[in-house]
Amino acid sequence: MVARSPGWPAFKAYFFNWTYYKDSFPEILDAFWVNVKLFCIAEVIILPAALLLAVLRSLPGPVFFPIRALAIVYADLFRGIPTILVIFMLGFGMPALGLEWIPDSQFFWAVVALVLVYTAYVSEVYRAGIESVHPSQAAAARSLGLTHAQALRNVVLPQAVRRVIPPLLNDFIGLQKDTALVGALGVVEAFRQSQIDQAATFNGTYYLVAATLFVAITIPLARFTDWLVARDRRRQQAGRLA
Amino acid sequence: MTVHGQAEALRVEDVHKAFGKLEVLRGIDLVLAEHEVVCLIGASGSGKSTLLRCVNLLEPIDAGRIVVGGEEITSRGVDVNRIRRGIGIVFQSFNLFPHMTVRENVTLAPRKARGLSRGAADAEATRLLERFGLADKRDEYPDRLSGGQQQRVAIVRALAMEPRLLLLDEITSALDPELVAEVLDVIRELAAGGMTMLIATHEMGFARDVAHRVCFLDAGRILEDGPPEQLFEAPREERTRQFLQRIVAAGRL
Repeated sequence: MVARSPGWPAFKAYFFNWTYYKDSFPEILDAFWVNVKLFCIAEVIILPAALLLAVLRSLPGPVFFPIRALAIVYADLFRGIPTILVIFMLGFGMPALGLEWIPDSQFFWAVVALVLVYTAYVSEVYRAGIESVHPSQAAAARSLGLTHAQALRNVVLPQAVRRVIPPLLNDFIGLQKDTALVGALGVVEAFRQSQIDQAATFNGTYYLVAATLFVAITIPLARFTDWLVARDRRRQQAGRLA
Repeated sequence: MTVHGQAEALRVEDVHKAFGKLEVLRGIDLVLAEHEVVCLIGASGSGKSTLLRCVNLLEPIDAGRIVVGGEEITSRGVDVNRIRRGIGIVFQSFNLFPHMTVRENVTLAPRKARGLSRGAADAEATRLLERFGLADKRDEYPDRLSGGQQQRVAIVRALAMEPRLLLLDEITSALDPELVAEVLDVIRELAAGGMTMLIATHEMGFARDVAHRVCFLDAGRILEDGPPEQLFEAPREERTRQFLQRIVAAGRL
């Protein structure tokens, strides 16, 4: 049906030009390394930071109310603001302050923006994991004389994190794709590079190159996670129908 | 303080506990001597489990006091972690840690809470697992074991902390009938070894067999307390008699 639509020949010429694809691939691949650096650096900070935030939100008792409240305000705020706005505000705003001790690299502020937004998301994933571990597990640990922190560290968190590996991967893929937003700051990453090429030739095949590169990363990652989860399940419950 | 010439292991004095408007414990008084085995019987909801959870400080009490080995554990500012290290509890639903092997389940608390080295904790765990016929299950995960094996591991896990007092909360209620005996045999062995135990149970035959005293709980109070022969053969209270009749009718005695 698509192939018989009246615009199909023009569409095909615009997006599927093999010569352009081949010729632009090395250049866009070069730019894609900026995306890879962005999401790798960001993810390495996000995973522990989000876990810390989730743990802070789970602290019991009135003593920790201010900490819990701060964690909630942070999560609500950065899940609510569109990512592109956070990237713009930090990427253009912070260097514009003209303060010497503030880095003016837009790559740096792009990482900060992605970390702020995704830490808020990922902390909610961890929190769901923590709450899914039955309270009797913590009770059993405490009954043996472990402290709250020891029970959390040795009994609750290992189970919680295992359960949320698939949604963590989901957010990691979201992060990978959102690195394309950073192009709006003028950082030359894969999407920005394909826009530049498109402007030179008025052909859209370059977008397809960028799309190929993103997918080439996410699909193997998804299969790897499936394998990881399956291996863990096999080890714990041999002979059971999972 | 002594009871029957033995040192006192546990003293529960006028303990009250409510969940919202529901009064679960309404003035419990109970004393256990060292090496004494006391069974708590009574209908579901009579407060047996809550009493055990209170003694292990898993639930705060509303009024009264609890003294373990001469120390009041319900007073303010007591280090609950230190108290719990000396009191073992085994739950109806085992509550083993599913992400750890049997050996890791047993050695976690000795290493983290008692500060034993991995080697010392492992040696202690091996000794206990051998004693209870679980040595070959050392490196298995709990989900690969039968219910009876899981519950025996849970008992070993509690014993690895070398508790002065062991609380057992209906530990055979979640088991298939053919698996009950292997767990009860462990408790008999512990009783013979002089372990002080407070046991909530529905197994009347076992209670009669292993307990020095049996307490009948009814609506948050200990209604009757006596040696098993007396309580099972000639109960003084009408409520006790009714409860035992229902048990007999259900074929559990």
